[in-house]
Amino acid sequence: MMEKNKKSVLSRLRSSRIFRVMFGRKLIVVCSVMLVVMFLLAIFAPLAAPYDPNKDDLYNVLKGSTAEHLLGTDSNGRDVLSRIIYGGRISFTVGVVAVVISSVIGMALGLISGVIGGAVDTVIMRVMDAMMAVPMLILALFLGAILGQGLGNVCLAIGISMVPGYARITRGQVLTVRNADYVTAGTLCGGSWVRNTIVHVFPNCLSANIVTMTSSLGGAILAEANLSFLGMGISPPTASWGAMVSGGYKYLSTQPIIAIAPGVAIIIVVLCFNMVGDALRDALDPKLRGTLGKGRKREKQSRKGRDHYA
Amino acid sequence: MEDKILVEARNLKKYFKAGGGQLHAVDGVNFKIRKGTTLGVVGESGCGKSTLGRVLLRLYDVTDGQILYDGTDITTMNAKELKPIRARMQMIFQDPSGSLDPRKSVKELIGEPLKIYKAYNGIDDYDAKIAEIMKTVGLNEMYADSFSHELDGGRRQRIGIGRALAMNPEFIICDEPVSALDVSIQAQILNLLMDLQDEKGLTYVFITHDLSVVKHISHEIMVMYLGQCVEYARTADLFANPLHPYTQGLLNAVPIPSLKAKKLSTQVMRGELTSPIDPAPGCRFAARCPYATEKCRGKDIALTEVEPGHFVSCRKVL
Repeated sequence: MMEKNKKSVLSRLRSSRIFRVMFGRKLIVVCSVMLVVMFLLAIFAPLAAPYDPNKDDLYNVLKGSTAEHLLGTDSNGRDVLSRIIYGGRISFTVGVVAVVISSVIGMALGLISGVIGGAVDTVIMRVMDAMMAVPMLILALFLGAILGQGLGNVCLAIGISMVPGYARITRGQVLTVRNADYVTAGTLCGGSWVRNTIVHVFPNCLSANIVTMTSSLGGAILAEANLSFLGMGISPPTASWGAMVSGGYKYLSTQPIIAIAPGVAIIIVVLCFNMVGDALRDALDPKLRGTLGKGRKREKQSRKGRDHYA
Repeated sequence: MEDKILVEARNLKKYFKAGGGQLHAVDGVNFKIRKGTTLGVVGESGCGKSTLGRVLLRLYDVTDGQILYDGTDITTMNAKELKPIRARMQMIFQDPSGSLDPRKSVKELIGEPLKIYKAYNGIDDYDAKIAEIMKTVGLNEMYADSFSHELDGGRRQRIGIGRALAMNPEFIICDEPVSALDVSIQAQILNLLMDLQDEKGLTYVFITHDLSVVKHISHEIMVMYLGQCVEYARTADLFANPLHPYTQGLLNAVPIPSLKAKKLSTQVMRGELTSPIDPAPGCRFAARCPYATEKCRGKDIALTEVEPGHFVSCRKVL
C-alpha cells in the first residue's frame, strides 16, 4: 500500500487538479520559473555573483553598464549586479518570513475571534483596530526601535505590523461561513466545534487570505526598504534591494541604473508572487474547476460519462 | 409500524433574545413519535418549524421542557455525551447546496461521519461503504470525485441524504428537503425517502409548508402557528376534518387543479403573523381568526383531545 502511494506521488501531483489549473496558463509557468531562478540565485549567491558585494572599489565609482560590471557600480564602486543577487537573500527572507508570521498569527486570531465571539472577539478586534490606527510603517519603526536592528527583528516587526489585516479579513470570512448549513451538518455528523473550525470554516476562509498574502509580500519587501532607509533595518553595508534603491536614488539623474535595477528586481518578485498567488487561489477554488486548465482528467471524466450513457 | 416511542417532546420551549424581548420560536410543544412513522410539521414561514427540528437535534440549547430520545433525556447532555446519540439522529437540509461544503468532493462529504466515528476498517472498506451509500441513494459512482456544485439540485439532495444515512441512523429530521427542487425531482426524492423508510424502518420528522407533500409522506401531522401546536392528528383525520380555523385556512389555500374551483367560495386568511416577540397570552391566531371573540384572548388555550388521536387548541371547537 505504502509503496504504491510512494511510487505514484509524482504522477499524481502532475495529474492533480491544483497542479493542472495552476500551470495551465503559460504566464504562471513563466512567473514560477522566474521566482525559482531568483530564489536559487539568492541561495547560491556566492557562486552566482561575479564580485564581492561589499568590496569598495573607489577607482570605479558610479560606472555605467560595462562589460565588467553589467549593471554598473554604485557610489562606493561596488558591483550592482552582485549586490542585487546578494540582496535577494535579505528581501526574500524578509518578505516570506514576515508574511508567514503575520498570516499565521492574524488568521489564528481572526478564527478565534470569529468562532468564539463575545468578549474574546471584542478584545481581539479592538486591539487590532488600535494597531490599524497606527500606520504600518510607524508601527514597524516602533517595534524595530524596541527590538533593535537585525534581520530577525525586521521580519518580526514587519510581520507584527501586518497582523491586523489578516485578522480582520479572516474574522469577516468566518462570520459569513460559520453559520452555513454545511458547518451545522458537520456538527450533526458528530464533529466537535474544533474539528468543524479546522475542516469546514478555515478552508472556506482561505481564498481571500491567499490574495492578501501575495500582495502583502510585496509590501513587506518595500517596508524592509523603508526601514533600512530610516536606519532601522539591515545595517550597511549588507545589501538589500530596498536599501539599494534608497541609496541609489541620489544618482537617478546621472546613473539611474543604480536605483532602477534593484527596483526592477522588487517589481519582478512582487508581480510574480501576485500572479502565482492569484493562480493558487483559482486552483484552490472548487467552483472554478473545469473552467481553467482543461487537462487529461476532465477528458477522461467526460469519456467515462459518455460510456455511462451509451 | 411499531408502538415503540422513539422521540418525545415534553413542553418543549426555545426562546431567542431579540429586540429587547424574547422571541418565542417554539413555545410549549408536546408530541410523541412512534418508531418507523413520519410526523409532518406544517405551518407558514417563521412559525418555528425549522427551530423545532434543530432543537430536537440539540443544535440549539433548550430553553425549557424535555426531549426524550429512545427513553433517554437528551435535553441537557453536553457535546461529549451527545456524540453517540448524534450518530442515530440526522438531518436533511432544505438548501442542498448550502449544506454541502463547496471544498469537499462527494466522497468526502458522504464519508465525513464515517471518518468522525471511525466506522470503517481500512481504506478499502471505507470506499466500499461509500459506494454502497451512493448506490442506496441512487447516485452514480462516477460522481464520487465531483464537487457538489457540479451536480444538479436533485443529485445534491441525494448527497445530503447519503450523508445523513452514512451512520445508519433511525431518526431523521427532513427540514423542507424538497422545497428547493423542481416538481419532478421532488417526487423522486420523496419516493426515495419513503422507500428508505420501508427498507430501514426510519422515523422522520418532515418539516414543510407544502400540504400536498406532507399528505403524501406523513402518518401524523402537527400544525404549528407562532411556535405552538394548534392541531395534531393522523393525516387522514386532519385532511378529512380540520378543526382549527388556521388549519382550515391552510387547506383552503391549497390550489385545486380544476376549472370548477373558480366557483368555490374560499376564505383566504387575511393579515400577517403577529410578532413572535413576547406574544400576549391567549390564542396566537386570534388576530387573524374570523371566529375570534374576547374569550380567545387573555388566557392560553390548551391542546385538547376532541376525538381519539385528534388534538386541537381552539375555543370554538371545545
